[in-house]
Amino acid sequence: MTHNVKRISNLFIMLLVTSFLAACATVPTGSTSSSSSKSDVVGGVYVGTETIEMLAVNVPDRVFYAYDSYSLTASAQATLGKQAKWLKANPSASIAIEGHADERGTREYNLALGDRRASSAKDYLMSQGISSNRISTISYGKERPVSNSSNDTSWSQNRRSVSVRTN
Amino acid sequence: MRIVKYLIVISLLFINSAFALIEIDITEGNREPLPVAITSFFYDEVDSIKLNEISKNLSEVVSADLERCGLFAAIDKDAFIQKNPAMHLRPRFEDWRLIKAQALVTGRLKLVDDDKLRVEFRLWDTLAEKEIEALVLITTTDNWRRISHMIADKVYERLTGEGGYFDTRILYVAESGPKNKRIKKLSIMDQDGANHRFLTSGKELVLTPRFNPVKQEITYLSYFKNLPRVYLLNIETGNQEVVGDFPGMTFAPRFSPDGSKIIMSLAKDGNSDIYVMELKSRVVTRLTTNSAIDTSPSYSPDGKKITFNSDRGGSQQIYVMDNDGRNQKRISSEGGNYATPVWSPRGDLIAFTKNFKGSYAIGVMRTNGEGERLLTENWYQEAPSWSPNGRVLTFYRETPTNEAGQGHSSTLWSIDLTGFNERKIDTPEDGSDPSWSNLMQ
Repeated sequence: MTHNVKRISNLFIMLLVTSFLAACATVPTGSTSSSSSKSDVVGGVYVGTETIEMLAVNVPDRVFYAYDSYSLTASAQATLGKQAKWLKANPSASIAIEGHADERGTREYNLALGDRRASSAKDYLMSQGISSNRISTISYGKERPVSNSSNDTSWSQNRRSVSVRTN
Repeated sequence: MRIVKYLIVISLLFINSAFALIEIDITEGNREPLPVAITSFFYDEVDSIKLNEISKNLSEVVSADLERCGLFAAIDKDAFIQKNPAMHLRPRFEDWRLIKAQALVTGRLKLVDDDKLRVEFRLWDTLAEKEIEALVLITTTDNWRRISHMIADKVYERLTGEGGYFDTRILYVAESGPKNKRIKKLSIMDQDGANHRFLTSGKELVLTPRFNPVKQEITYLSYFKNLPRVYLLNIETGNQEVVGDFPGMTFAPRFSPDGSKIIMSLAKDGNSDIYVMELKSRVVTRLTTNSAIDTSPSYSPDGKKITFNSDRGGSQQIYVMDNDGRNQKRISSEGGNYATPVWSPRGDLIAFTKNFKGSYAIGVMRTNGEGERLLTENWYQEAPSWSPNGRVLTFYRETPTNEAGQGHSSTLWSIDLTGFNERKIDTPEDGSDPSWSNLMQ
C-alpha cells in the first residue's frame, strides 16, 4: 500500500513536471530571453542578474562593462563597494580579478582590454582602501565567455570582471 | 621533427630561361587556370614494389598543390595520349597540345645506393616545344611528400616568376568543446593538411602561435599555471621555456625576420605596451610608452620598421614606427576599427583585420596607409598570416552561436592577394590563429 502511494505520488510529480513544461512551451517565444534581453542591457551594459555569483553573502562577484570600455558604471561601483567592505571585514582574504571581453574583437586586443577591465576594478578597490597585494589580476580576453550565444545580451554578460577568492 | 634526413638538389638544366613562352601574370585576379598535364613519374620494373605507390602519390600531391593555388588546372590523366616513358626525354608535343596542355610535367624515379630515392623532373612548354625547367633530387623514400611540394614549387616559380609556397607548414590552434570551456591545442600540419599533429595536450589554454622565420621554433601565449606568458617551443626537441621575466601578462608575440628577437606586448596595471627581447642576451627594450593599448606588433621584412595596433586616438588603428620606437605614426584612415597588422614578406603591404559596420574584413594597404583593399568580409574573421611569397593570406573565420548554443564554428581559410580563390583549409577539429611558415630549408 505504501509502495502504491509512493508510485502514485511519483506519477503525480511527473504529471506536474509535464504540465509545467507544457506551460513553458506555450509561453510566447522569446519572452524569457529576448524581451528580458532588451531590458537587461542599458547603454550596452548588462544590468540583469543572470550569471552573477556571490563572492560572499550579498556580495556579487562581477561587474559589467560597455562595448570596448573599461569605465565603471554607478552599479559597478556599488558592487565593488560591497566587495571592498567585505574585504575589509575579512582581512585575510585575497582575490583575483579576472577581466573578460566579448567575442566581437580581435584576440590580442581583447587580451589587453580584459587586462584594462580587471585593473579598473582593482583600482577602485584600492581607492576604497584595499591593499594592492591582496588583489591579483588576470585577463582572459575573449577566451572564457560565460554565455555562449552571439547576441547583445550574451555579449553584455561576457564583458565583465569577476572577483574570485584565491585563499 | 625530422625535416630532411638526406636531400640533394641538383639543378639539371636551364635552357633559355629568359625566353619562356608560358608566363602567368598572378597579379591578375580572375584568370582562367593554365591547363597542365602532370604525369605519373616512371620507374624501372625492378623498383616497382617500392616505387609504384610513391609515383602515384607524388603526381597527385603535385596536382593538388597546383590546383589549390587557383592558377593551374590539372588535366585528367585518362585524356593523356602519350603514355610511354619516352615522354620524359622527348615528349610528342602535338599529342599534348591536342589535349590542351600548355605545360607538361614528366619525371623518373629510381632507387639508388641503399634505398635512396632519385627523383628527376622536367617541365616542358608544349607550344614552344622546349624543356623549361629540370631538376634532380636525391633523398630518402619517406621524403616523397616534401619532394612533391618542391616540384610543385619549381613549376609555380618557373611559370609565375614568383617564389613558391607549397613546401611549407601551417601552425595553428586546434579548438574543440563549447565556447565557455573551449579546449585549445597547438597544432602543426603541412600546407596541404598532411602530417597533422598536435604539439600540446589541451590542458593549458594556448593562443597565437607564430613560426620563427629561420628555425624550427615557435612562440606563443600559454596560460600555464594560470600565468599568461609568452613561451618559446623548439618543435624538433620539444624544449619549452618562458620568454623573459615580466611583471605582468606578455602576449601577442612575433619573431623578428632574422629570428633573433621576439617582439610582444606586456600588460601591466591596465596598460599594454610593446617590448622587444633579444633572445641570446635576454636584453629587453621598451618601445612604446603610451597609456593606450599598444599590441599586435609585426616587423617589416628588413627589420627596420614595426607596425602595430593602438587605440591611442580613441579607436583601434594601425601605426608604424622605427624599430627603436621612434616616429610612431598612424597609417589607417578609411574609417572603422583596424587590428592585427602584419607586414608582407615582400615589404610593400600590410595585411589587417577591419571591423566596419558590424562585419569583419581581411584587407591590405600600402605601408603608408594608402591603397586600402578589402579581400573578404564576413560575420567574424581575423588574424591574417602571409604565405612566404606574399601572394596568399591565411586567416580564421567564426560563425555565430544561436540562442540554443548551436551554430558556432571556427575554421581556417586562405585567400589570394587578388581577393580570388578563397578556400577553406580542412583541419581535424576547429581551428584558429594560423601562422604560415617560410619555405622549409
